[in-house]
Amino acid sequence: MSEAVSALKGESHVGFATVTEAGVTGMITLRADLAATATRIALAGQGLKLPGAREIVAGDKGRFTGWMSPDELLVICAYEDAPAVAAGLAKSLHLEHALVTNVSDARARFTISGAKADQVLTKLCPVDFATLKAGEMRRTRAAQVAAAIWRSGPEELSLVCFRSVAGYVMGILEVSSRQGGELF
Amino acid sequence: MLTLTCPCCGVTVEETELAPGGEAHLKRFGPGSTDAEFETYMFARKNPKGVHFERWRHAYGCGKWFLAARCTVSWEVFGTYPAQTTEPPAELIAKIKEKRPGWEGWK
Ligand SMILES: [Zn+2]
Repeated sequence: MSEAVSALKGESHVGFATVTEAGVTGMITLRADLAATATRIALAGQGLKLPGAREIVAGDKGRFTGWMSPDELLVICAYEDAPAVAAGLAKSLHLEHALVTNVSDARARFTISGAKADQVLTKLCPVDFATLKAGEMRRTRAAQVAAAIWRSGPEELSLVCFRSVAGYVMGILEVSSRQGGELF
Repeated sequence: MLTLTCPCCGVTVEETELAPGGEAHLKRFGPGSTDAEFETYMFARKNPKGVHFERWRHAYGCGKWFLAARCTVSWEVFGTYPAQTTEPPAELIAKIKEKRPGWEGWK
């Protein structure tokens, strides 16, 4: 097996907030009927909970399930666990109209941390961060690319985007978080 | 700036998160239709000064299509509703009629 490498190998910048490429992360896309009992059972089998609309909920082993659309979930887990979790979900849902794909190597994850972390993203996303609750999954754009954002800690936001635009996203995060660029 | 509430995920977003899809509630004329019907289906659009029904896609969000009713003059949004709707919901039409008494209707 070749060594798994994240898009930017953990690149980090410290400005008025700290922006970091968070390293390899397990991510699985699940498309299914979210109201079906089979979906709930499949998730439970991997220690995952079913989120409500626009929620991200914690499961076992530090795993999370985020609501991406009325028929799509994003499972977040340890990178090494992703193949087994994806296989387990697929096996459990093999009689359903469902799709499971391990997208860990197709995505990048960033963290934006610090007391003014919100302000880094306020400049990049058309989102009112004052009303973004903990446990809410917000799909939006970061400047010109698609992103999903949630509060992953008391003073930390996580952002996931496509791996192909990781360099672009780090660029905008670094500029937006530069010292002196605070909004208030 | 146009702000619409996506009925699929419930979030209120501004225009740059959305992709426009043109006029809503078009009736498709495909194989077997006359040339005139097909031409109308392909090219003729309402373009009203006032109440307009539109298709929008929550492109940077949940990715789903939905429909919206708004005023092309004031940009007032009367409402949004699911794309799986063949005609505007009755309560939305009632709301528009109340706000725009002279409105000629959606057809
Ligand atoms: Zn939406």
